[in-house]
Amino acid sequence: MKNEETHISSYTSHAVVLIALLILTTISVAATGWHLGAFTVAAALIIASIKVATVIINFMHVKYEGIFIKSMVGGVFVLFALIIIITFIDYYLR
Amino acid sequence: MSTQTIHSEQIESETGKLGMWIFLFTELFLFGGLFLVYAVFRVKYSHDFHHAAEELNTFIGTLNTVFLLVSSMTVAMSITAIQKNQKNFAIFLISITILLAGLFMLNKYFEWSHKFQFKIYPGSEVLKNLPQGELLFFGLYYMMTGLHALHVFIGMILLSINIVKIKKGSVNQHHYLHLENSGLYWHLVDLIWIFLFPLLYLIT
Repeated sequence: MKNEETHISSYTSHAVVLIALLILTTISVAATGWHLGAFTVAAALIIASIKVATVIINFMHVKYEGIFIKSMVGGVFVLFALIIIITFIDYYLR
Repeated sequence: MSTQTIHSEQIESETGKLGMWIFLFTELFLFGGLFLVYAVFRVKYSHDFHHAAEELNTFIGTLNTVFLLVSSMTVAMSITAIQKNQKNFAIFLISITILLAGLFMLNKYFEWSHKFQFKIYPGSEVLKNLPQGELLFFGLYYMMTGLHALHVFIGMILLSINIVKIKKGSVNQHHYLHLENSGLYWHLVDLIWIFLFPLLYLIT
């Protein structure tokens, strides 16, 4: 566990993260009108995943956490992705 | 304050946060299970899901996304404020967060009551006569947004408790674990909505 001074994020950095999130939201709403066909779902989920990662890394301060919490958070998302992949493999192959 | 006390407080803060993260993981899998059910039925009844999703108002969904994203920023800023010992500004930022949460709930109320007017609610005759896929879509819609709204409500209570604690001084520049953990919970509410929004409102 870390022993150094607690990191204090600046107000500006939080505002910049919010602007990035709002831009991603705009892209995601606009993308529904682009008629991407089968990629519509993929595009929406990829943008959502980028937004989620941005919130976790910046707002939830995972950036400044120790390696223990970082690897736990990463590991849980890998586990969740595996559950989705395995379910769909099972669903398509039965 | 002795070095030992400072050290034990640091450990307490680390373990407190670790416990919160583990709780958040269980929450993630609670919603994750519902996402998985949604994904499988969406593949099975893609036409019905497409048709039913068109009933939802994208504008209301987008507005609620903006409310939650901004509130996530204000709660993150409130931690910066308390770390800088700007108590009143921290209280102000938390109040803004609660206000945005309230606006989210108000929007949700209008959205649900609009559907209730058209007799689209679990167990209604109209819903029972819809095709199987649309019935499943609305079932999942009410379950997921309802469970999420419950989390928003709990978040509002947790954040209100923080305002009282900051006023009393038990949450301050040196001890702010309670605010940090409430903030983490609030971000989870935001994270779940980030996935719910495209799944329910955008993928039509």
